[in-house]
Amino acid sequence: MSSFKRKNLTPVQQQYQDFARAREPQRPILANCVRAFIGGGIICTIGQGIQLFFIKYFDFDEKTAGDPTVAVLIMISVLLTSFGVYDHIAQWAGAGSSVPVTGFANTITSASLDHKSEGFVLGVGGNMFKIAGPVIVFGVFSAFIVAIISVMIKSLGGM
Amino acid sequence: MLQGHQTWVFQSKPVIIGSAAIGGPFEAQGNLAKDFDLLHGDIWLGQDSYEQAEKKFLEQACETAIKKSGLKKEDIQFFLSGDLINQIIPSSFTARTLAVPFLGIYGACSSSMEGLSLASLMIDSGFAQNALVGTSSHNAASEKQYRYPTEYGAQKPPTAQWTVTGAGAAVVAKQGEGPRIAASTIGRVIDMGLSDPFNMGAAMAPAAVDTIEAHFRDLNISPLQYDLIATGDLGKVGHPIAGDLLKQHGLDIPVEKLTDCGILMYKENQPVLAGGSGCACVATTTFGHLLNRMRKGELNRILVIGTGALLSPMSYQQKETIPCVAHAVSIEM
Repeated sequence: MSSFKRKNLTPVQQQYQDFARAREPQRPILANCVRAFIGGGIICTIGQGIQLFFIKYFDFDEKTAGDPTVAVLIMISVLLTSFGVYDHIAQWAGAGSSVPVTGFANTITSASLDHKSEGFVLGVGGNMFKIAGPVIVFGVFSAFIVAIISVMIKSLGGM
Repeated sequence: MLQGHQTWVFQSKPVIIGSAAIGGPFEAQGNLAKDFDLLHGDIWLGQDSYEQAEKKFLEQACETAIKKSGLKKEDIQFFLSGDLINQIIPSSFTARTLAVPFLGIYGACSSSMEGLSLASLMIDSGFAQNALVGTSSHNAASEKQYRYPTEYGAQKPPTAQWTVTGAGAAVVAKQGEGPRIAASTIGRVIDMGLSDPFNMGAAMAPAAVDTIEAHFRDLNISPLQYDLIATGDLGKVGHPIAGDLLKQHGLDIPVEKLTDCGILMYKENQPVLAGGSGCACVATTTFGHLLNRMRKGELNRILVIGTGALLSPMSYQQKETIPCVAHAVSIEM
């Protein structure tokens, strides 16, 4: 907890939080990192396999094979989410399953599934980007900032 | 009659003449499966949404409790119920089905003990001959409302708890056979400044301790007079914190007497992290398991402390801390 947050606490609250923290199980950060590495690695290896498959058996090169590969990964993720498997994988793999494109597909599918009961327009349509929305907003925004910086450096004769 | 600061002592000792616990598939694999009246194989119950399924759970719990009490639906005078869904719709919609005068209550996961206390108060004061108390929670409905979509792949920390899918109900009456409600202590809202919604146990433990202390202070009795003191849903994280905190405050309750419904509910190998939670956790454990043990003569006098975290998804996003409340009910055979 940041020191700023702690300042708003009374001494009794601070004392209790230290008391409680000493009795709480710690988040297994190292184990989580290792699992994320393995989990994410497996997903990316599968992706690589799919890409090679498209290059070998279809008329794709290394650049164009990216699109069908992502589409296949998304479909696999959507299926795993719908069958209720993906959240179990994620509990084990953590960031390993949420960072790749499969995690992004999972956010949209899971939100759509949950809000189907409220109808297709306000339920599914209104909620499907509940978790993915912020990723898109801030992803596009940061890409914009990075692009401006890049253009500025280039126009000043850099790179 | 009020005794001390916040404890009601019921002179007539209202009787729990019938109680029921209904559970879902996860509860069926748990420790207390044999104490449920009905266990469902899926969480949908043939309904179109999780919220409707939760209502169904509550309806079945009420129906079963009324049936076991030997009364008819028409005989029930008042219905008190609360749950976790926005605007407590499972409770209100169950009340619509029952068509009984209804008071909706909200104390998060302490709702069942709040309801039991109020029902006892109504009966002890002569304002009712009997009353039905109910509460429910649904894992997927709660996840959807409080956290992320149910199938969303977010890794939960080891302090997170698993919301019990199910419902509990009890018929309390002036006369009859069964466990009796002797007293109840209404808790203060305690906020220790914790704000992690994935660590409710640590947030709720001080509220439970405050209410337990108040109970023994007001009644001037020793914890040894109880066979079992069960907190609602502190789980594996909050339970030892509460135990140590009680010790620090000079209330040394033997380890075998202090337990927690969130720990009792599930088996060690079930992936529930820190244990069970939700309105139905304390309700099904008490109205099923604990009352059954009392009827069998294994327990004579118990204290159940329903613990509730009074947060909302919005308060958490607005960086508010988590206020908690606990109500204790003393039940004897």
